[in-house]
Amino acid sequence: MTLYVDKREALEKRFLVPDTEMPAGKPRSLMRDAMRRLRANKAAVGAIIVLSLIIILAVLGPYFIPYDYETPDWGAFRAPPDFASGHYFGTDQNGRDLLARVLYGTRVSLTVAIIATSVSVTVGVLYGSVAGFVGGRTDQAMMRFVDVMYALPYLLFVILLMVMFGRNVFLLFAAIGLLEWLTMARIVRGQTLSLKEREFVEAARASGVSTLPIILRHIVPNLVGPVVIYATLTIPEIVITESFLSYLGFGVQEPLTSLGTLISEGASVIQVMPWLLFFPGAVLVSLLLSFAFIGDGLRDAFDPKDR
Amino acid sequence: MSEALLSVQNLSTVFELRARSPFAKAPKLKAVSDVSFDLKEGETLGIVGESGCGKSTLGRSILRLIEPTAGRVVWQGRELTDLSAEEMRKARRDLSIIFQDPIASLDPRMTVADIIGEPLRVAEPSLDRKTRRQRVLKAMEEVGLAPEMINRYPHEFSGGQAQRIGIARAIITEPKLIVCDEPVSALDVSIQAQIINLLRGLKERLGLTLIFISHDLSVVRLVSDRILVLYLGRVVEIGPRGDVFARPAHPYTRALLSAAPIPDPDVARSRKRIPLQGDPPSPINPPSGCAFRTRCPIARDVCAKEIPPLIPVEGGTHRSACLFAEEVLRSGDDIASASV
Repeated sequence: MTLYVDKREALEKRFLVPDTEMPAGKPRSLMRDAMRRLRANKAAVGAIIVLSLIIILAVLGPYFIPYDYETPDWGAFRAPPDFASGHYFGTDQNGRDLLARVLYGTRVSLTVAIIATSVSVTVGVLYGSVAGFVGGRTDQAMMRFVDVMYALPYLLFVILLMVMFGRNVFLLFAAIGLLEWLTMARIVRGQTLSLKEREFVEAARASGVSTLPIILRHIVPNLVGPVVIYATLTIPEIVITESFLSYLGFGVQEPLTSLGTLISEGASVIQVMPWLLFFPGAVLVSLLLSFAFIGDGLRDAFDPKDR
Repeated sequence: MSEALLSVQNLSTVFELRARSPFAKAPKLKAVSDVSFDLKEGETLGIVGESGCGKSTLGRSILRLIEPTAGRVVWQGRELTDLSAEEMRKARRDLSIIFQDPIASLDPRMTVADIIGEPLRVAEPSLDRKTRRQRVLKAMEEVGLAPEMINRYPHEFSGGQAQRIGIARAIITEPKLIVCDEPVSALDVSIQAQIINLLRGLKERLGLTLIFISHDLSVVRLVSDRILVLYLGRVVEIGPRGDVFARPAHPYTRALLSAAPIPDPDVARSRKRIPLQGDPPSPINPPSGCAFRTRCPIARDVCAKEIPPLIPVEGGTHRSACLFAEEVLRSGDDIASASV
């Protein structure tokens, strides 16, 4: 037995060393890791490039073309695309330059989508994480409210909101964001339920951190993956909603325009002036595809196991 | 016993399970029943038992991470179970916990600096960033982590390093009591030795009082002054380390000790094993009387009648919840031969 004790002491001396073996390279946050994986995804990188191009053109483009979106060119009504006249995308029935209108339309569509998405992300994340984290009766009550909201007909709501907000398109879409958060809240609640059982949350409680800071400092940052993915998938949904509402005449009002309005106008004259449908349609399709690829890429980047 | 730092009195934690049907009574799981013990300053209490016996629940109930259903936890003369949420948060700077899974207990989105500094942020919110960072660095040095690691993220570390981070977080507010919930069970044996030595060193240097929960007897033996043996949420034996290991006074402790691996094959071959039959009974519906009687080699009819109290054996601080404790002590190897 004495021998055993000596041996143990001999071993202990060796084991009393600090553990300073450094991980190699620069510090890697999970975010950095995800971005590295995203960069390795060709489809996603391509989509990001296309999307940035569209955004840059939509923002800066109008300053570089000689026409604006509302003034008719009296010399060119219903003109097909033509490089000589400077109407690269042609003009519409009122002689307005289609390129300028498409650029403005893209601006409006994107702005609307971003407003609605950020409203839905903010509300959905806070609502879902509080419901999931607090749990019990609070959770029950909060999620039943979500169920009720789900059950209400969407269009009816939009029409009601139209009555309330009148013609202010941006307010209308902030309101649409207030409807879109339902799914986000459910996703976030589900994630929170599993996150709150993790030991690091218990560790925070053991250190005396109270509920709200735990939600904001520990739960919400760990939701980044699913939230970002779902948000990129919400943006195209809202672009489509906007197109649909504009088609019905609820959306953006003349002379201002959006991709949806342009497409609905173009569709009615497809046989005589196909360019009026083709150009805005092509931009919308590239936008939607880019968002879909980016969303896919982000999902793979944040959650490589699920691929 | 002199002034106790922590006194746990008749602590019980009961979980209410979901009822099978709306009309049935919800079944109750008694994870911890009627546990009492005192802990002196600087002492280390080892809590051992099989998995599912309520070790972790007991540790968490003491810290009120799980609300105990009944009983009292008296900490430095104050009753923790009576404190409001706000007072409890303040009290937490003196009480901390080290978890079993070192990686899972660290928030993957935070840097080491934020993780270790978090308890300090709560305990001393007035500290400026620089001082807090300095305290974090001091804690890292204390646990043997290189200062360059401060901006790293948890997933970049090995299990042993992650556990050192967990320990640094536990000691940064200079607590008095640390509950170590199986702190080495998830680690390699060689790393276990490092972490145990680290804990023992910290205990000496910082004057900590530890509650050390483990299913590994050899680990508990190394760190504890006293041992508490838990079976189905009840204390079956409690006493000084030497007494419990050398002269176990409860048949369950005997069986546990005989099942622990011995590093020397010669000794291992020559000793007698006391095999236990079956699994521990369900804590939802525990056996009447002594919970261990269904697997006990010396169980008799009386054992089913009522729950045996913890009675002192050999007149000291060594106590056993077996009606036949004296017999267990006296008979020694007879029990082993009777059951084989």
